[in-house]
Amino acid sequence: MTAMPKWADAVLVPLISLLIAFFISGLVILAIGEDPIAAMKLMVTGALGSTYGWGYTLYYATNFIFTGLAVSVAFQAGLFNIGGEGQATLGGLGVAMACLFIPWPHWSLALVAAVFASALFGAAWAAIPAYLQAKRGSHVVITTIMFNFIASALLVYLLVNVLRPEGALDSASARFGDAMRLPRLNDILALVGIPFNNRNPANISLLIALASCVGVWLLMWRTRLGYQLRAFGKSEKASVYAGINPVRMTMYAMLISGGLSGMMAINTVMGEAGRLLLNSVEGAGFIGIAVALMGRSHPVGVLLAALLFGFLYQGGAELALWTSIPRELIIVIQALVILFTGALDDMVRRPVAGLFLLMKKGKA
Amino acid sequence: METSRRQESAASASNPLAIELRGISKAFGPVQANKDISIQVAKGSIHGIIGENGAGKSTLMSILYGFYKADAGEIYISGNLTPIPDSQSAIRAGIGMVFQHFKLVPNFTVLENVILGAEGGAILRGAMAKARKSLSDLAREYELEVNPDAVVEDLSVGHQQRVEILKALYRQADILILDEPTGVLTPAEADQLFRILNGLKDQGKTVILITHKLREIMEITDTVSVMRRGQMTATVKTAETSPEELAELMVGRKVLLSVEKTPAAPGGMVLEVENLRVRDETGVERLKGISFNIRAGEILGIAGVAGNGQSELLELLAGIARGEGTVRLNGQEVALNATADGQSRRARGIAHVPEDRQHLGLIMDFTAWENVAFGYHHAPEYQRSALLMDNDAVRTDTVDKMERYDVRPPIPTLPAKNFSGGNQQKLVVAREMDRNPELLLVGQPTRGVDIGAIEFIHKQIVALRDAGKAVLLVSVELDEIMSLSDRIAVMFDGKIMGERDPKITNERELGLLMAGVVK
Repeated sequence: MTAMPKWADAVLVPLISLLIAFFISGLVILAIGEDPIAAMKLMVTGALGSTYGWGYTLYYATNFIFTGLAVSVAFQAGLFNIGGEGQATLGGLGVAMACLFIPWPHWSLALVAAVFASALFGAAWAAIPAYLQAKRGSHVVITTIMFNFIASALLVYLLVNVLRPEGALDSASARFGDAMRLPRLNDILALVGIPFNNRNPANISLLIALASCVGVWLLMWRTRLGYQLRAFGKSEKASVYAGINPVRMTMYAMLISGGLSGMMAINTVMGEAGRLLLNSVEGAGFIGIAVALMGRSHPVGVLLAALLFGFLYQGGAELALWTSIPRELIIVIQALVILFTGALDDMVRRPVAGLFLLMKKGKA
Repeated sequence: METSRRQESAASASNPLAIELRGISKAFGPVQANKDISIQVAKGSIHGIIGENGAGKSTLMSILYGFYKADAGEIYISGNLTPIPDSQSAIRAGIGMVFQHFKLVPNFTVLENVILGAEGGAILRGAMAKARKSLSDLAREYELEVNPDAVVEDLSVGHQQRVEILKALYRQADILILDEPTGVLTPAEADQLFRILNGLKDQGKTVILITHKLREIMEITDTVSVMRRGQMTATVKTAETSPEELAELMVGRKVLLSVEKTPAAPGGMVLEVENLRVRDETGVERLKGISFNIRAGEILGIAGVAGNGQSELLELLAGIARGEGTVRLNGQEVALNATADGQSRRARGIAHVPEDRQHLGLIMDFTAWENVAFGYHHAPEYQRSALLMDNDAVRTDTVDKMERYDVRPPIPTLPAKNFSGGNQQKLVVAREMDRNPELLLVGQPTRGVDIGAIEFIHKQIVALRDAGKAVLLVSVELDEIMSLSDRIAVMFDGKIMGERDPKITNERELGLLMAGVVK
């Protein structure tokens, strides 16, 4: 209960949950006839053993920070936005619009435009479910899910019929101009003299993601809007008493959430691919739910959880590359992590709390 | 010295003991909720446990029912040492508990609720038939008539409570614990409950009644134990004590049980209300043309049994609900349509202490300081800039308010849910009254609030009146209405049945009006 110090609640409990998840993952690997210790070693060296691995880990983490923050903001306002996938898809469209049709002279201007365009498109995609929830009471969980499908169908149509350059065979947009290539992480680190591998997609979007963490923290815990959003999330009835408008809060929360999801596309579409591809979101919208859950909807927690999932993604890819362990197993490991850190949280929390109580009594 | 003598006299009662607790202690972190508590309850008696909110009554009963494990101490049931690690063991030991907030499944029938957890197998048929039989037996024996096929959510609160009692009796409880059972009942339902409890006692059952209402203790219990700050301060025979003595034992000092106030000096007209009408979602008219007015320096009390339109009236005036009619504040019209909200009302100087502080007045997960800004989060003194709130300013203000309104513990970062009911209410009162509103709307200001805090809140309301403000007081406690109001209006079925002068009227006359009888 209250006996547990804050650090144990925030760090120790998730850590123990994580270890249990890894332990059971090890059993699964053992069951399919592979060596779990070797697999773990491979994952760690693959994801964190080189700056190449770190680059990929950070690249994935960047995606998850955006989508994790998106889910968190909505969740703080009592809304479950599981439309991150579709909102990020539309965000990609926004980035493509900003980069394809305006000949920016410098990447920095293009980046500013891409940030606005991706957030705008993502927010717009969230606006319709938000409006339906606020005015009509259609549950946002259902509508955002449906909007994921609509978004992916819309993107297919646009890439096949509208944005595909004449004569090209794959369903993708034209390449963005060279001026729109974002600085990679190795370019940035070179400025301060740190050598970093140059064959990975980590780019300046990571800094935007980190800034977004700070921004969300400021928004939720320092501004009047954040105060009202949190109050609305805790109790709609009490909010009405206080004169907080539920319709407006639902709209604001979903718009901010959709905007954050959309901004993920800066990393994938502009930072990595340099053109708009089908399925550039790659499930990051859904991973965002797990990240927010594990990060307790707090920006610091989201950041740490995003790094963990980035590690799992990159480590899993290495695992699939060098062993006969199928790539799907990484989904099993992710599922176990989500299961233990999110759903079965209390299973670890109670014994730990009891332990602290005992220690306290021992001292007294 | 005197208390120990009395404890002995209570213990040496002729009946054998149903329950004995010896040296029970329980701490939550640094808070000692129960400290070395010993208590003896005679079989076939009604034993009251009284104390202010946060005195440790509920913790003690939760230990007895197996929800919490005591840090130290022993429990004896019928003279045998009986460890109670969980509620199943408590039920096996013959203990039944009726909680303040019922633990019923609203969309189950009475019968289904009664057998829930005692089905005795995967096939329900047998258990249902058995339960139906024993329910009708119990109903005959204890006057506990409830239709076994009624769906619980359709039942009145009083009947839902009967279902809880039936649940306990069906599980063969010999000892029945009731936690603040009358908090949700009308006076008539409370009388009925007391008749049932007396019937249970006559059949040899033991009843433990937890309450903070002195009147109930005096009316129904045989013995009473008083708790204060986690300790048992006295156990006395009810016949040998008085409300004044119990109040003093509870609070630790002399308490004024009546309100001291000078005659009202009404000034100019503040609130004029004409022909208010409100319909609920199902189209039923809840307010059927209400008219009244309140002058400056005057308290208008609205008496009535809960559910006769008082809540709708408060919500309409506070801008939470919509309706028709005319409302003028200081001669200026107040909007009742969709443009009205809590913000525009506060801007006009209308403050509102809501009936339901846990769901309306406070956000229980928010800290005290976040709750102090609640509804006033636009106040200029709480802003750092156009976007940022000045959390430090709110915290400073909270410390100040906590001191002046005696909110304990005075920790602004503590979540609202960790304060006792009385201190939660003081927090709401501090927030709403400290801005010197033109009109104060107060609903059930002392519901679930301990005696010490009641005295304080009443004083604050009178002080606001004496400062020349208008107060609309809604309460189901007739005592409170009679002692605070300068004028009393009685509501029944969405209408005002009449206005009375509290100095001239009496409880009988008001009671008839509350029942809709007009002479």
